[in-house]
Parts: sequence; structure tokens; C-alpha cells
Amino acid sequence: MTGLLDVRGLRTVFHAPEGAWAAVDGVDLTIGRGEVLCLVGESGSGKSVTGFSIVRLIDPPGEIVEGEILFDGADLRRASQEDLRALRGNRIAMVFQDPLSTLNPVLTIGEQMAEAITAHRSCSKAQITEESVRALARVGIPSPEVRLRQYPHEFSGGMRQRVAIAIALLNSPDLIIADEPTTALDVTIQSQILYEVQKLARETGTAILWITHDLAIVAELADRVAVMYAGQIVESGPADDVLDRPRHPYTLGLLKSSTGTVQPGERLHQIDGNAPRIDARPSGCPFRTRCDRVVAVCAEVYPARQQAGEQIFRCHNPVTSASVTSGEDLP
Amino acid sequence: MTAYFLQRLIQSIAVLLAVSVVVFFAVYGIGDPIELLVPPQASAAERLALIKRLGLDQPVWHQYFTFLGNALSGNLGTSFVHGVPVVSLILGRLPATLELVLLSMITAAVVSVPLGLYAGLNPDSRPARFIMAGTVIGFSLPSFWKGMMLVLLFSVWLGWLPTAGRGETVAFLGLQTSLFTWDGLEHLILPTLNLAIPNTVLMVRLIAAGASEATTQDYVKFARAKGIPRRRIVNRHILRNILIPVVTVVGIEFGSLVAFSTITETVFSWPGMGKLLIDSIYQLDRPVVVAYVMLTTLLFVGVNLIVDVLYAALDPRVKLSGGMT
Repeated sequence: MTGLLDVRGLRTVFHAPEGAWAAVDGVDLTIGRGEVLCLVGESGSGKSVTGFSIVRLIDPPGEIVEGEILFDGADLRRASQEDLRALRGNRIAMVFQDPLSTLNPVLTIGEQMAEAITAHRSCSKAQITEESVRALARVGIPSPEVRLRQYPHEFSGGMRQRVAIAIALLNSPDLIIADEPTTALDVTIQSQILYEVQKLARETGTAILWITHDLAIVAELADRVAVMYAGQIVESGPADDVLDRPRHPYTLGLLKSSTGTVQPGERLHQIDGNAPRIDARPSGCPFRTRCDRVVAVCAEVYPARQQAGEQIFRCHNPVTSASVTSGEDLP
Repeated sequence: MTAYFLQRLIQSIAVLLAVSVVVFFAVYGIGDPIELLVPPQASAAERLALIKRLGLDQPVWHQYFTFLGNALSGNLGTSFVHGVPVVSLILGRLPATLELVLLSMITAAVVSVPLGLYAGLNPDSRPARFIMAGTVIGFSLPSFWKGMMLVLLFSVWLGWLPTAGRGETVAFLGLQTSLFTWDGLEHLILPTLNLAIPNTVLMVRLIAAGASEATTQDYVKFARAKGIPRRRIVNRHILRNILIPVVTVVGIEFGSLVAFSTITETVFSWPGMGKLLIDSIYQLDRPVVVAYVMLTTLLFVGVNLIVDVLYAALDPRVKLSGGMT
């Protein structure tokens, strides 16, 4: 598998009067062509900042201070603003979390689609309309010709997210970064969108970085998964391996607290405590304050990268046996 | 749509009626104009005759209903002082005021959009801070003082521009205007500037606030993620969204400039409507004052309607429909 995107040692900080806090702290990620990578973690773990860092949409006080973002061999950290602009929406497209706020309320859907095309290539009016109609039809929007002339407020949340996905597809990108695109939608629409995205990835060979906190989505969608905690990737690997045999106690905790693993009536597992604030991260392993497998060394040394098969994790006392509740599949 | 306009029409009539009552009785309370109108050497009989002719011997409610009845047939009365119908008196002054107001609104718009956008999009830059500090000064200085300082600087010290009056006018579409003579334009510059400054700074602040808020919105970030050039993001995505509050303010300000550019017109002896109003109040020329306020109300009602229609054009979420809200 050739690496389409290779992120190495990415560090993104946010400057505050008291100092710079790292929202993303040494992240490594690899996505191959046509691959779906799910980036999982709690709120505030740095998932979204990672996604925006890749296309360098980080505004002050945020700043990318270290690392390489190799996209198709070129380091995006060294790219000019114009190169980045030409890349965004063309080779790397994004879908945002809240479909209600991503579309401009005062411009028609047609205009917002057309500008995404004309920003990257010159195109006749007829061709723009044709491509827009096709993209809308592809994500399951009925009567696309009529819809092009409408404004965002005439669409439901689910429909707007489909429009956003259709916009992302317009220029047949190599990579789509989807930042929790189904979080704001209800479950039935969520699964429709997941199904369509999966189909599209397969049909067009588009790689997808899907940022989520929902393990059910990971099980359904991901080829590979990376688990993020306090700005770092604590575990990554093929989705089946990570979900079936998690090695990091945090991954295990997340799996246990997922609804699919408990019998009805049973209490849902909960990881003790809260994710550490960005300005108060513990020494050594950041998860040690909430970990039930903590040992003395955790407070002192940041765990080194370990590998077991294709699975990579950072833990001093990794989970060894399959401790997830007996053999029950995730949803 | 029809229901909407019908509803607006009924509202407007109610507003006009209410204003007429308030103004008529307020002006009645200010003082008796007869002392100012009757020459000192006039006899008691002449005095009584004048009172009778002007209808001032009638009880106030009777005067009001006479006024209302005449107003409904389009006659707002005759000026005590000038002896001509007030409507033609006021409308005769309208072109002078309109050219001043239009020119100053255009100046304000042309200057404030780029300045406001710049300040809003680069809030931490030095020029932006300079612009924002300037708006505070521009807004705080009283109009009459600014006017006099402009005269002092450009007319008295530098001697570049005339101090007062309309200068040479020519007829254009039957109206006298200063816009097409060099002398007229020279006379227009200072009063236009004086009227434009407060509106410019107000619009700069509105646009800057709107632009800096819009840049943090998801739709702007999404447009950037689509690779849309910055120019287009600013002109199409941001500007379009911040025009709505700007249109509101421009509408309100346009109305109040036409009606109440009194101070500027007084400072620069500009023979416009504002000057007429202030002179009429001094001379207790009741019909002019009442008619003036009525026409002003009509103007505001009209401007508000236009603003609402513009909203619907700018913001697709706004629908003009009847019914109580």
C-alpha cells in the first residue's frame, strides 16, 4: 500500500498568554490510497485539530510547530498559500461536523457548488450544472436540478450534510477529511450516509480520514483505526485487530463503554475521571491518572512506541489477553 | 405578499394618525404665533382679523379636525410666515437636502466598506487599530463643532473652499442642483463631509464587527477548505452576510439625514429642509412644523418598507408575509 498521506511528528500548539499548549503532540498517521482511517478519541483529544492541521487550516493563536505532512510525496508544511489553496477542495476535500453552519446561508446551493469547481478548473456553465447535478444525485438528493436553485435553509440537516459531501466529491479528491460528519445527524440518516461514503470510497478510490468519537462507526467503516488521547495517538492498527484485541487500556476502556458490549439492563462501563485539560497534562503517560493498569514507571517516562503485528501502541503495561467482554461483536 | 403590503399600509396609516395628534398638540403648546406675526403697529381690529383668518380663534380640537380634514384631501395647510402652501414650501427645499444627503451617503458607503472590511479582517494590524480609533473620534465629535472646524480649516485658514450657501445651481430635470457646476460642487464638499463623517464611522464599525465575526463562522472555514480564493470569500461570502445590518442602518440614517440634517444645514447656511424646519420653529410657523413632521414620518415609513424589501432580497431566509409576528 503506497502512503498517500504520511504525517510524521505533527505538533500543533495554541498560544496563550501563559505559554503554548499542544493540542496535537507528536502525531504520526499514514493513509493509503482508497483506505478509510478512523481517528477516534474523546472531545478535546485533538482529533479535529489534527484534521485541520493536515490542510493547514489552523488560524492564530494556533500554530503548527513541528512535523512533516507528506501528501503524495510533497511536504505541505512547506507549501505556499497558493499551492495550499489549489490543493484544498481539489485533492484534499473536507466535510465538517455541523451541516447547519457549513453552508453559507445567503448563497444558493448551486453557487456554492459551482465556486468549488471554478476555484480549481475552468468549466463551461452547462458543464458545471451537469457535474453539480451528478454529484447531488450521487449522494441521494432527489430532483437535484431544482435543489441547485435553493438555499441551505430549504434543506434538512441530513440533506445539507449530503450537499457538503457532494461538494467534497466534485473534484474527485484523493483524500476526504471528514470531521465527525454524522454526529449532528440522527441515527437512520447517519447509517445512510456511512453506507454511501463507503460505497464512494470503494468506487472512486478516494482515501478517507474519518474523525469520530463513535466506535460503532469505526466498526462499520474503518480499514484502520487510530486512537487519540491528549493530543497523541496511543494506539493504531487495522480496525479488526484494534477492536478485537486492544492493547492500550484507553482503547479497552472506550470499547467497554460502547453500548454494543453490554447486555440490556447492565450498567455501561465508564472510564474514571475526565480527559486532562490541555494546560494540565500529567507527566509521563498522559492517561495514567485515569488508568486502572497504572504502574510506577507511568508517572516518569513517556511510553515508547511498541509494535505487535501491524498494531502500534504506547503503553508501559499493555493489555495482554482479550479482555473485552466475551466474544461479543461490536455493533 | 399582497397581505404583507396591506398590513404594512394599515400600520402606516395608524402611525401617521398617532404622529399627527402628538405633533399638532405639541406645537400648539409651544406658544402663540400671533405675537410674532402681527406687526407691532397693527391695531386691535387688524390683530383680531388676522387671528380669525388663520383660524386661531377656534378651540384646539376644532383646529385639529380642520387640519385632518384638509390633510386627507392633500392640503397640509398654508405657512403663516411665507403665505404659500406648506407642501410646496417643503418640497421646494427638498432637492437641496437630497443632493447633500445622497452625496454624503454615497461617500460614506464608498469609504466605509473597504475600511471596515480591512479593519475587520486584520483586527490586530496597526492600520486597523488606527481606523478603529479614528471611528471613536469621528463618532464622538458633535456635528456643529466638526462643521465649524471644517470651515475654520478649509475656508478660513487654507482658503480652499467657500464657507456657506449652495453656490451656483443649474436646472436638471426641472430641479435646481449644485451637482453640475464647479462652484456648486465646491460648496457641496464641506457640508457633505460633515454629514458623511458620523455615518462613515458608524458603518466602518458595523462592517468591521460583522467581518471579524464572519471570519470565525464555519461557512467561511468551509469555503477556505474548498479552496475558494480569498478575494471571493471576502466579496461574496463575508460581505453578502454583513450587508443586512448595514442596509438597516443606511436606511434609518438616510431618513434622519433628509429630515434632520438641521445642524449641518444651519452651520453651512444650506437652504435645505433642515434649515426650513429650524426657522419655522423659531417663527412658530405651526403649519410648516406639523406638515414637516408628517412628511418626515411618511418618509420613514417608506424607507422602512424599502429596507424590509431589501432584507428579503439579501437574505433568502426572510419572507415577506402577512400575519402578526
